[in-house]
Amino acid sequence: MELFRVENVCMAFGKKDVLKNINLGIRRGEIFAIIGPSGAGKTTLLRILNLFEKPLCGNLIFNGLDAGKTGGLRRRMSMLFQTPVVFNASVFDNVAYGLKVRGFDKRAIEKKVSEALNTVGLPGMGKEKARMLSGGETQRMAFARAIVYDPEILLLDEPTSNLDPANVAKIEEIIKRIRDERGTTILIATHNIPQVRRIADRVGVLLNGELIEVNSIEGIFTEPEDERSAAFIRGEMIY
Amino acid sequence: MSGADFLFQGIIRAFELIFSLNPYIISITGVSIKVSGTATLLATLTAIPLAYALAFLHFRGRQALIALVNTGMGLPPVFVGLFIFIMLVPAGPFGFANKIFTPQAMILAQYILVTPIITGISLAAIKAVPKPIIETVYTLGGSWKEAIIMTFCEARFGIITAILAGLGRALAEVGAILIVGGNIAYTGSVGGIGEGESYTRTLTTAITSETSKGDISTSIALGIILISLNLSINLLANFFQRRS
Amino acid sequence: MKNLFAKIILVSIFISLFAGCVQQAPAGNTTSPTSTASAPQDLRLATTTSTCDTGLLDVLNKKFEDENNVRILTVCEGTGKSIATGELGAADVVMVHAVQLELKAVANRSFINRSYMMYNYFVIIGPESDPAGIRNASNATDAFRRIAAKQSPFISRGDNSGTDIMEKSIWKAANITPAGTWYQSVGKGMGETITTADIKSGYTLSDRGTYLAMKDKIKLRLLFESDQKYLFNPYHVMAVNPAKFPNVKYDLAMKYINYVISPQGQDIIRNYGKDIFGEALFVPAAGIKEQ
Repeated sequence: MELFRVENVCMAFGKKDVLKNINLGIRRGEIFAIIGPSGAGKTTLLRILNLFEKPLCGNLIFNGLDAGKTGGLRRRMSMLFQTPVVFNASVFDNVAYGLKVRGFDKRAIEKKVSEALNTVGLPGMGKEKARMLSGGETQRMAFARAIVYDPEILLLDEPTSNLDPANVAKIEEIIKRIRDERGTTILIATHNIPQVRRIADRVGVLLNGELIEVNSIEGIFTEPEDERSAAFIRGEMIY
Repeated sequence: MSGADFLFQGIIRAFELIFSLNPYIISITGVSIKVSGTATLLATLTAIPLAYALAFLHFRGRQALIALVNTGMGLPPVFVGLFIFIMLVPAGPFGFANKIFTPQAMILAQYILVTPIITGISLAAIKAVPKPIIETVYTLGGSWKEAIIMTFCEARFGIITAILAGLGRALAEVGAILIVGGNIAYTGSVGGIGEGESYTRTLTTAITSETSKGDISTSIALGIILISLNLSINLLANFFQRRS
Repeated sequence: MKNLFAKIILVSIFISLFAGCVQQAPAGNTTSPTSTASAPQDLRLATTTSTCDTGLLDVLNKKFEDENNVRILTVCEGTGKSIATGELGAADVVMVHAVQLELKAVANRSFINRSYMMYNYFVIIGPESDPAGIRNASNATDAFRRIAAKQSPFISRGDNSGTDIMEKSIWKAANITPAGTWYQSVGKGMGETITTADIKSGYTLSDRGTYLAMKDKIKLRLLFESDQKYLFNPYHVMAVNPAKFPNVKYDLAMKYINYVISPQGQDIIRNYGKDIFGEALFVPAAGIKEQ
């Protein structure tokens, strides 16, 4: 069951090719990891999926709909940026934001915010000032804010790169819980190999703008198809 | 009489005038607040949309407009006053409006002086809002309207500071309003403190005329009132800044 | 709570500002004489600083305002600027003291009905020690020559006011072009110029009225005044020519001029200053033939 597919997508900033002829299908309810060294084009790919950038060529097909011709698709997704963003307001108001712009009534908002805060392990923290939270708590609040309106896809850009190991573990648990409890499809860009092994179902390896391999999690760690992705998995430098 | 004597007498005089609720002083302070307040209000209504346009829209002449705003932040008040004077005198192009030596002419002068200041500081505050904040609004399903509201919420302390900075500048300004307002008070007050009512006389222009008369202690008294007013505004600005 | 408090402050600021601008210009408080049943007419008077700073206009204008339901908007700015203000149509009537400028402005049809209202004499003031010895000068030009010869500090108005123009004409008559660090032009009104001269212990030319009004606050003394020719200081009122500026209130301006030169107005001028300064500041001159 494919939720969306990327067809022949390419992208360039100025003369620099960032993505070259990407083809990728994402299945409903899976956790798909995009791995690769810094500068491989992971963030750009996520931004294209979240419709922040318009690709130079190719199509995005979301649930059978062409994203280039269908409005309102972004409202069915959600993205977490590398540095967590905090609105200068309470935790409740931060988390409730996506519901407010969608016109939910007050009672529904309170119920959904409370559920989302439970999911990320911040129950009863709604009244706190968001800027007073610690780094780990901030990232968890950002997760609550991203999932509160039940997006079909959650796009995560290096969600644990700024956190200590204890918080990394909590976030990984939250990612799995979101998928298990809500059935959300999750795309995670990361260069943390052990993390991929712990949480992902499938993985795509991005190198210099090219998707060199798409494989299951067992497959990539046991029989990688591409020599370069095997080297990356082993922790070697690849170019 | 030494400078210290002047200062001491001025302080005593200030307290006398303030606590006796001297109607002349009150009317002068009232004109100051009315003129500068109205000018700042109108400037705010222009400056904030302008700052938003400069921050987010990419239109032709945007860079030129930004340069104009930056230059405008340092416009010499006397020149603005002279320019408006020439425009508004009956021999000038807008003489038909019959507005020279009126509070409205003073409001216009201060509006021109203050708008670039509020625009410039607001623009800096709006631009300081991190881009990811705006992108987060979009990714959470917000429209451009919600993005603008969010920027305003995030930049609100900077914008309030901009408005208060504009108000402070307007209240302290003398060069332009002296020329276009004429420093007019009704009879009974022309020669000194007494019964009377200000028409276009503000705290700053009154200081120049009292000094011209050699009445230094009254000038100091007026100065103390002006500084207290500006101090209150700055404390308010500070209060908002500390909250951000 | 704190947030609410801040919002209330902000809203009240804006409301108070707005209230300030909705209320029309001078609403006239209850003690104000202007709050009569019918709105008073405005008359714009541009005048020299000496008539303002001495307080003469307070008394002179008050009576006219009360009797005619008029509000006089007085702009005090020196003779040069007053005449320029009238020439641009931004005043209805001017009261000034620089004969040459006045005649030129009347000649170019900017003003009409120029009327002689009063005069007094300029005085030369300076430090009590009188380093240039002008107390013994034979006339004003001699006094100025002595100051220049000693290079004693001289503070000039430098603002094209009536006093400034008079000072320049005395230098010219004395055949001296004042230059050097001893001659300082400040570009300010009479009061500030006297204050500056006082601080620098310098000489300056002042109208008699402003000097008398300030003499208790300064160390400078009146050193020379007996020169009928060069220190003579006549004041005139004149109306802005309605043929040039149809919007000026010519009738009201004429009413004012006629009041100033009427026995009633002249009486006020004759007596003004006697109670405060012990002597009159101006001599009424209506009807006197000019020299």
